[in-house]
Amino acid sequence: MIERTPKLDLFCHLLLIAGVVAVCLPLYYALIAATHTLSDVLQVPMPLTPGNELLANLKVAIERGDLGRQLVNSLIVSVGVTVGKIAVSILSAFAITYFRFPFRMTAFWLIFATLMLPIEVRIVPTYAVAAHPLQGLGWLLDETGLRGPLESLTGWNIEAVVKWSLLDSYAGLILPLMASATATFLFRQLFLTIPEELLEAAKIDGASPIRFLIDVLWPMSRTNVVALTVILFVFGWNQYLWPLLITTEASMTTAVIGLSKQISAAPEAVPKWNTLMASALLITLPPVMVVIVLQRWFVKGLVDSEK
Amino acid sequence: MIKRVNFQRHKPLAFLLLAPQMLVLAIFVFWPAAQALYQAFTITDPFGQHSTFVWFDNFRDVLTSPEYFNSIYRTAIFSTGTTASAVLAGLGFAVLVDRVARGKSVYRLMIIWPYAVAPVLAGVLWLFLFHPIYGAIALMLKQGFGIPWNPLLDGSDAMLLVIVAAAWKQVSYNFVFFLAALQAIPRSLIEAAAIDGAGPIRRFVSIVFPLISPTTFFLLVINVVYAFFDTFGIIHALTQGGPGGATDILVYKVYADGFLGLDLGLSSAQSVILMILVIGLTAVQFRYLERRVKYAQ
Repeated sequence: MIERTPKLDLFCHLLLIAGVVAVCLPLYYALIAATHTLSDVLQVPMPLTPGNELLANLKVAIERGDLGRQLVNSLIVSVGVTVGKIAVSILSAFAITYFRFPFRMTAFWLIFATLMLPIEVRIVPTYAVAAHPLQGLGWLLDETGLRGPLESLTGWNIEAVVKWSLLDSYAGLILPLMASATATFLFRQLFLTIPEELLEAAKIDGASPIRFLIDVLWPMSRTNVVALTVILFVFGWNQYLWPLLITTEASMTTAVIGLSKQISAAPEAVPKWNTLMASALLITLPPVMVVIVLQRWFVKGLVDSEK
Repeated sequence: MIKRVNFQRHKPLAFLLLAPQMLVLAIFVFWPAAQALYQAFTITDPFGQHSTFVWFDNFRDVLTSPEYFNSIYRTAIFSTGTTASAVLAGLGFAVLVDRVARGKSVYRLMIIWPYAVAPVLAGVLWLFLFHPIYGAIALMLKQGFGIPWNPLLDGSDAMLLVIVAAAWKQVSYNFVFFLAALQAIPRSLIEAAAIDGAGPIRRFVSIVFPLISPTTFFLLVINVVYAFFDTFGIIHALTQGGPGGATDILVYKVYADGFLGLDLGLSSAQSVILMILVIGLTAVQFRYLERRVKYAQ
């Protein structure tokens, strides 16, 4: 406290309260809508206090759509993306900082370049790849004339392999989102600050690279991993464009997509706002809880991943 | 950079460690990006059988079409509106929360949570408030102030709605960074200024704001990137680019031309233009990083 300014302090509090009310207003209205019957919600003016239909609305929301299944899908996708991204980036950061090998800098710059190729700017061809990721292989075998001999030699059905598709599969939802330049950089920065003596000591003790990674680097990166997990979980849970393209079946899509499809399905008709808002609240709850409960880690993760 | 002490005799292992990342990158990033580049210079017949190399024809078509100019114009309005309101609100909240003595953590919590809401859901929540027939705020505008409001039919109403939804989601991000920057300012500087007789507002203008200007600049870039690329969900769920192309921002147009219009050449040419844009923005971001290093010394 630098000086006593009671009037200014009061003004600050009032301003903050007004701002916070504005920020939380959409959530409050969603809560009201989710706790009333549809006819109550469509009244003019709408009720201003929550009702007691929340459980009934939630029940309808879960039973009508594939919401339960979609929430599980969302969980699988966000956990998959989080674990995948962290594993892949920690391994490549380890390779880049602790090994001397040809094309080390090329690998580094390739990873760096992906910062400039967000999925939004290459949607159409990425979708084509995900539809048939091995089509290039089939083309290669045809061009080199190896397809026939290979098929007769091994008995594999090459055609089936080439036709393999990632559409409507968890792999298709997760794999394309797994590469991460920012996470790789984060671990690289961290590894660069770890004292050289640690590796010297480990080497004297005869530790292999993998042992060093597991017993020295991993424990030292744990706080960063937690912070990153919060950010990546929210990122994975809230994915929109990619799941929208790659899934067509309601049972394979994520909760966020499922909800938005319910709204755009009937633009003219009156959406069932009460059950819609109930499912919206249910879908928003997991990432919001993660951010609130792990607030300290969330802030660290946010600031870290932009360095 | 590499560690001075490193593993010299494990070259194959290094490649093995890099392999997962490189495989994902090659299949899902570089190969599609290369294809976008190739398709941008070719025309494919409707059945996808034949493609002809046409040099810059696709780019010429894109850059001379009135729809694309409309899209650039709408993107400019949208990103300026979103960035300005999100950065200002984030700064305002951070300054206030940094100043008050009581209830800091409660305020912080109430401002941070929208970060975790999916862009689409943010759009849905705001649409519910602003819906022309039963939205609470829309009714208030209509009955209380006599303002006709219909984001489903009126272009500028729709633009306002998507800006509000997009900015609301980004405020918490800006707030976190501004608050961190404010708390990093040495208390002694502020106290010295107070002893010299500078009031709270004078201190903010002459000391605090210049000290946090690197953060402000960084957030401006990040917010522009956000408005350009991460707001697809809001547009797709709320307005689908409409009404009449009023919210047809560039990212949405790439998607609409590629998947709904099925014009690969045009869509790819737009993709390439967007890639150039991202490269430019990333370059700006890195120049800022250099500046921040200077500030720190």
